[in-house]
Formats: sequence, structure tokens, C-alpha cells
Amino acid sequence: MSYSVIRLNISFPIFNPMKNPDILTCFQCGTCHASCPSGKYTSLNIRKIVRDSIKKDISDQPELWMCTTCYNCQERCPRGIKVTDAVLTLRSEAVKKGKILPAHRKVCNFLIKTGQSIPLDDKHLEIRKKLNLRTDEASWKKARKEVKVLLRSTGFDELVKR
Amino acid sequence: MKKLSLFTGCLIPNRYPGIEKATMLVLERLGIKCSYLKEAACCPAPGIYRSFDKITWLTLASRNLVLAEEKDTDILTICNGCFSSLMDANNILKNDAGLRNEVNAHLQKIGKEYRGTIEVRHIIEFLHTDIGVKKLGDAIDKPLEIRAAVHYGCHLLKPTRDRKLGSAECPVFFDELVEATGAKSVPYEGKTSCCGAGGGVRSAMLETSFRMTEYKLDRIQKAGVDCIIDACPFCHLQYDAGQVELEKSGKNYDIPVLHFTQLLGLALGLTSDEVGLHLNEIVNLKFEEKIAQIQNGNKTEI
Ligand code: SF4
Ligand code: SF4
Repeated sequence: MSYSVIRLNISFPIFNPMKNPDILTCFQCGTCHASCPSGKYTSLNIRKIVRDSIKKDISDQPELWMCTTCYNCQERCPRGIKVTDAVLTLRSEAVKKGKILPAHRKVCNFLIKTGQSIPLDDKHLEIRKKLNLRTDEASWKKARKEVKVLLRSTGFDELVKR
Repeated sequence: MKKLSLFTGCLIPNRYPGIEKATMLVLERLGIKCSYLKEAACCPAPGIYRSFDKITWLTLASRNLVLAEEKDTDILTICNGCFSSLMDANNILKNDAGLRNEVNAHLQKIGKEYRGTIEVRHIIEFLHTDIGVKKLGDAIDKPLEIRAAVHYGCHLLKPTRDRKLGSAECPVFFDELVEATGAKSVPYEGKTSCCGAGGGVRSAMLETSFRMTEYKLDRIQKAGVDCIIDACPFCHLQYDAGQVELEKSGKNYDIPVLHFTQLLGLALGLTSDEVGLHLNEIVNLKFEEKIAQIQNGNKTEI
């Protein structure tokens, strides 16, 4: 659908990195919002997110983080717009500007430190032993080390410090 | 078909090891050869890392994929999040040379290279496709005559363009597996709706996530079931710990939550403890008694 970009010849703040020009074909039918499990209970209105994202920078909107990425909107959009993918792109734009929720920052730091998002605690280590499940410190250590190298290489540790 | 390596992820080994135990026992009983992907790290969780930085997400996922490439095995996942991260990353990297080069430049620093030689499987679609409902049913002596609410979980099915497992609106393959154990998959309103945990919502907005869980649990309870069957430890956690949380607002569900491998374990004659039901937050002894009665061949009233 890239023809719409060329014809319109306009540049939107989020639009370029999104590489998702089909978003311009949205006709605001609201199927996405009607399918949204989160929108039932929160201020997330995915139809508005789609509309606003082509007009302005919405990195500040807390609603971006209320999406469970369930893909209902994307599956049902009659225009075939990759709505959930767009949410992911909008989120990474927000993250680049340092807009990271404290709980997410914490999980990221677990990953940097341990190679896991939910690290093993003492209680569950004991349970693992009781169940005769592997407690393979050498393999885990290697994983930890390599993940650290990769996260430094991609600049992720810097990104979450922002 | 290649042999399989089991990718356990973070949540199962570190919070619900009972699911891991059940999986190992079930695979063994069914004669399916599968060894651990030993040096694996976080998949990494799609909800957060995929949103944060695509290249980081792809790079960490590719490291896990390469570990399996080195063993020349496919990857077997038992979590919808791991399935989604690893399968999507694998598809993207197989098809996009630019991203593949970028990722390989990072992987080079740990002496690895992504080549794109393996596939990523989820235990539900694997059992359905490669083992088959009939063969699974034949392996079961005493059918579990119970009523189950099946929860597929979003990322097992969607995006359908990548999963290629059929319709996400009224899927059937998971129900067929559940019914192969003798259980009845009971229809309920909102069956394909999200449990509320995904996308980093659970970790950052717990209350919000529980509103979605409550929506589901209310409808599941209304349908009158003995248990919930899931295919993902995040959904599992959301339903299991969620019930305890929702008790504070006056709800009383007490519905045991089982990963499919736990249900299958019971159907293959393992005890509730052996499949790790005692490690759940919700421990429903009436349910466990009912299972024991069925396993011991006593007549139960349903
Ligand atoms: S369903 Fe698609 S076309 Fe309709 S409002 Fe949502 S994004 Fe726009
Ligand atoms: S993917 Fe997000 S925005 Fe779309 S329907 Fe699901 S929760 Fe709503």
C-alpha cells in the first residue's frame, strides 16, 4: 500500500518509522475498539490511537501500555491494517524517548542481570530440587554471560537507562 | 522431521515447575524424544521486549534459535509467549536478509550465527498434528470424565497469518486434544477472549489485567466446569493467582487451573501431585479426589 505515501507526500512523526502506511486506509469503523478486551475496562480506544498516531506524537499516552497485544483488532480490521503491530511500533517510539513504566524497567533489569525475565528464587529452587528437575548452574551462567554481551551490543542496557 | 529440544522459558521453570515436571513425564510416557535446550535464556518475552526494541528482541530470540540449530533439532515450546517470540523471530529472520545480517553482527560477538534451519513448535499443535487425536486417545486407559473450560490463549492462534493454525474465532484443535483425554470441552461465552496478562499489562497494571480475568472467570464459572485447561504459563498464572486476588473483592471461584500437559498426565495415570497440581495457588481437593476416583476405576456421579 505504499502508493498512498507517495501520493500524499506528507511526513508524520510516527508514520515513517512505522513503515505501516496502510494505517492511512483506516475509515474509523471502530471494529478494532469493539473487539478490544482491554478497552472494555480502560481508557484504551484503539480506533483513536490509530487516528491520532498519524496526526501527532502520542508517545505520552498511557493507553499505549494498556494493550495486551491480543491481536483481536488486527485480525478483525476490515482494511487489513496491522493494528497490533502498529501499537508495538508506537511503544518503541515512546521507549526511545525514555517513556518506560517502572514495572517494565524492573523486568528489563532482571533480564540484564540474570538472562531471565522472571528469575529463579530460593523457594522455587528448592521445589525444583524436590521434583528432580535440572538445576544446571553452569549452563545458566553461560546463558547469563552471553545475554549480557548481546544486550550491550544492541544498546539495550543504555536504552532502559533513559 | 527433526528431533525436538524443549524450551521451557522463564515462568514455567521458575514459578510453575510442576508444569515442567508434567511435560517431561508425559513426553516420556508417549515415547516422544525431547531433551532440554540447555543454555537457553529468556525467549525474550514478546509483551515487553518486542515493544521496546525490535533488534534486541530478535537478537535474543535468535540466540535461542541458534542453540537448537547447533543441536540440529526443532524447538518445542510449552508457553504461548515463547512460541510467539521464537516462531515470529524465526519467520522474520528467515525472510529478511537485512535483519538477519544485523542480528548476526551481534551474534558474532558470542561466536554464533543464525542460519534459519529449524522450526518452532508449540506442544498443542505438535501433539495435534504429529501425534494425532486418535493415537493420543488410544494411549489413555481411563478417560477423565470431567468438564473443562479450554483457554487457547491469544498467541497460540494469532496473528493467524503467521500461526497458520486456522481460524482464531472458533478454533477446534485444542478442544479435540482435551476431549481425547475423555474430558468434555464445555463452550462458554468469551472463550477466545484474552486472560488479561499479555503485552506487559499484568506486570505494569495488575488491577486492569484482573478486570479481564474476572470477565473470563465469571463466564467460565457460569458454564459449570471442573477445571480450566490452558496452554501457557502466563494465562495459567493469571487464572490461578487471579482467583486468589479476586477473592478480595468477594469472588469465590475455586476452579483448578491445569496446563494441558498436566491434564494429559492425569489421563495417563499420573497422580495430581505428580503433575504438580499441589504447586498451584488454587488447590481444590474435591477435584483431586474426583480424579483419583476415576483413575481407580470407581464410578463417579457427574
Ligand atoms: S478496524 Fe481498522 S479500519 Fe476500522 S477503525 Fe479500526 S483500524 Fe480503522
Ligand atoms: S491487540 Fe491490544 S488494542 Fe488490539 S484488541 Fe487486543 S488489547 Fe485491544
